[in-house]
Amino acid sequence: MIELTHNPLNPEKITLQVRRDTNGAVVTFLGNTRNNFEGKQVLTLEYEAYDDMALKKLGEVREELIAQFGLEDIAISHRIGSVPIGETSLVVAVASPHRKEAFQACHAAVDRIKKVVPIWKKEIFQDGSRWVACEDHEFDPPEFDPSEAAAHTHRD
Amino acid sequence: MELVVRFFALYRERAGANTHRLELPEGATVADLTVEVRRLFPRLAPPEVQIVVAVNTDYAEPETVLRDGDDVCLIPPVSGG
Repeated sequence: MIELTHNPLNPEKITLQVRRDTNGAVVTFLGNTRNNFEGKQVLTLEYEAYDDMALKKLGEVREELIAQFGLEDIAISHRIGSVPIGETSLVVAVASPHRKEAFQACHAAVDRIKKVVPIWKKEIFQDGSRWVACEDHEFDPPEFDPSEAAAHTHRD
Repeated sequence: MELVVRFFALYRERAGANTHRLELPEGATVADLTVEVRRLFPRLAPPEVQIVVAVNTDYAEPETVLRDGDDVCLIPPVSGG
């Protein structure tokens, strides 16, 4: 099961979807919204997705990991829109005959989701906001001189 | 050929638009597209940052050739989870 939703997530319900009597292990990961960034208070988070591609990439992650770890099933549900602090934004439930594969696959699934799925989160502070994972791209438009960019391009 | 490029998240805010229609010669590649996008939106990303492009819901290589009607999206660094 793959899902993007604007509604609160129900981890128990999502976990039940992957349970079979052949599974000795089910590992469920909950990604929750944190209340601070480097000590600065975060008021809420806003998630945005490129829906069509995000669903496709989540499906690919699911298929890859089922094949790689010989799993029975994986369910992934990601919440989109405004998510208050302390709520769950991501649920990954992995079912496997044995626990080792279930732990490994759940870890791998979350890493992969964070790397390839086109979903973005924005932390909202009292005095501003920031798109997460864009630290390397810190870029202050008023100080940016396009002629310099052109010069850089020509040096290539 | 005429293409509609979609912006998401950080790029949408920097571009000040959800979409932009642009004209490219036949046979243009993803690399040609990003050059044109940088010309039109010089403040979108600093020169040392590669602009990631998705074509028809898959990540595209710079040498990918674009076709009329392709679904083209600019993908800022992702941060789901």
